[in-house]
Amino acid sequence: MALTGKLVLLLERSGADIVELGIPFSDPIADGPTIQAASYRALSKKVNLIKIFALVEKLRKETEIPLVFMTYYNPILKYGLGKFFESCRRTGVDGVIVPDLPVEESGELVRLGKKTGIRTIFLVAPTSTKDRIRHIVKRSSGFVYYVSSTGVTGTRRSLPADIVKKTRLIRSMTAKPVAVGFGVSDIKQAAAVSRIADGVIVGSAIVKIIGKGGGRLIDVKRFAAGLAEAIHGRK
Amino acid sequence: MIPDKGGYFGPFGGKFVPETLMSALECLRKEYLKLRKEKSFRDEFTGYLKDYAGRPTMLYLAKRLTGHVGGARIYLKREDLLHTGAHKINNTLGQALLAVRMKKPRVIAETGAGQHGVATATVAALFGLKCEIFMGDEDVHRQAINVFKMKMLGAKVNPVHSGSKTLKDAMNEAMRDWVTNVRDTYYVIGSVAGPHPYPMMVRDFQSVIGIETRRQSFNVIGKLPDYIVACVGGGSNAMGIFYPFLKDKVKLVGVEAAGLGINTRKHAATLCKGSVGVLHGSKSYLLQDSDGQIKIAHSISAGLDYPGVGPEHSYLKSTGRAVYAAVTDKEALEGFNMLTRLEGIIPALESSHAVYHAVKLARRLPKSKNIVVCLSGRGDKDIDIVRGVL
Repeated sequence: MALTGKLVLLLERSGADIVELGIPFSDPIADGPTIQAASYRALSKKVNLIKIFALVEKLRKETEIPLVFMTYYNPILKYGLGKFFESCRRTGVDGVIVPDLPVEESGELVRLGKKTGIRTIFLVAPTSTKDRIRHIVKRSSGFVYYVSSTGVTGTRRSLPADIVKKTRLIRSMTAKPVAVGFGVSDIKQAAAVSRIADGVIVGSAIVKIIGKGGGRLIDVKRFAAGLAEAIHGRK
Repeated sequence: MIPDKGGYFGPFGGKFVPETLMSALECLRKEYLKLRKEKSFRDEFTGYLKDYAGRPTMLYLAKRLTGHVGGARIYLKREDLLHTGAHKINNTLGQALLAVRMKKPRVIAETGAGQHGVATATVAALFGLKCEIFMGDEDVHRQAINVFKMKMLGAKVNPVHSGSKTLKDAMNEAMRDWVTNVRDTYYVIGSVAGPHPYPMMVRDFQSVIGIETRRQSFNVIGKLPDYIVACVGGGSNAMGIFYPFLKDKVKLVGVEAAGLGINTRKHAATLCKGSVGVLHGSKSYLLQDSDGQIKIAHSISAGLDYPGVGPEHSYLKSTGRAVYAAVTDKEALEGFNMLTRLEGIIPALESSHAVYHAVKLARRLPKSKNIVVCLSGRGDKDIDIVRGVL
């Protein structure tokens, strides 16, 4: 957890605009091997929401960088939805992404998010129909998360061809920022995505560096700084 | 109507899956609701159940077992006699027909004991579909014969090394595959679990068990039975036999796996000892810790070794329409032995849980009462395990 705190500050210094904190879950069905391994590492060290909120509280004394939780539904359901949003507000979490919670099931989450001022960010998938996209962008607050390709999180050699068309379609349907994630693996891809989207989300590629035996902070910093330059340099 | 349009059985059920799958689930729901009403689809399904799977299965009075116990009469619904050795084929035939109609060339499935995997590989061979099965590495070793059968049938078996290496993790991996290949792949879920419409659809396909039992009861028993007893892992054989009796005055008893005992950490008694949460696409009872992490289940029978349960069972428990008990590994083996020795029927270890509970129940009931046990599968696949412990 101490390392996680250091990493958040390091990512901020490297030029990240938002940092996503993953809450570990025993059965992460939307995640590929890298994030799965990270989840198991965290769980084996008994990381839970109580400890993560304590970390956020501590971090908030040092940084104002927006923090977004990425979590499966069951851990927050068990923690208590009301209590969860209250803790987010109290400690300074800005938003929540729940990959296994489609808009249909999100009534209570959205209501509590509005009440506490916490953004509830929803995902649009390549398979989402136009009707669904309309519904999702309406529900989403903070930004809309476009999942670049079907599949789980993780690095990919190339991004699908329809990413430009789909991102444009979503942007034509909402004024909210659209960020693209899932599979953005290197600086070149990030630069390409930044040309079409308002934000680029990189997860597994960074976690992979952290997870490497004795993952060195300097390597994370170098990679993140490279991403930031590629993305911001374009704007 | 149960479930409602969103797939809810009271507060249980729903669709808790990544957005990528939502359109596929919606397509499946619409297609299924349409085909369910089509006579040609129903006739085709019924035809395969009869000519290919071997339905109807008999409702059989276990005379020597009944005499041995000295209480209520025990009848067996012989799903163990079906092609591939268990009730699983009822559901895979139905879903494979759906996959064919939906023009999906590839099917995937998770499996615990391997029965659902074999049943899926079987229908894939029958209809010429490409087939991949996900199976926990632990189960691959426990159920080696079924793994070999699946391979012979032309399926690819992917051992799953994550988490507890059992059914729960096999289902995670199958969902990951589905999320990736959703455009050309049909996911054949093997139980009344998962996101809507699966719990409803699998129940409907399995309800042939209860429909037959109900009809046969009038001939064989002369009236409806007093009790129906079935084992519950995810709960498909139980839901299948319970469902046509929901409006009758018949007591419904689900039997979960108590493993080494429900007061130990090693059991799979989700309804008896769990709490409500969300796993594998639906809201239902789960075995979980105080942080909402899913616990590892334990049972001697791989098919019951699952920390979740179908949402409709959670609903039946909450309304009191069904009651749920738990039987330990040791007791299940006792049920296994009794049926084998007294009736010459070697039951699956899953079904042995139901047999044991029925015996216990029969003992304290008068001879005038009648109990039907859903004998969901046969025990060939379990010979190695039983040889190891006896």
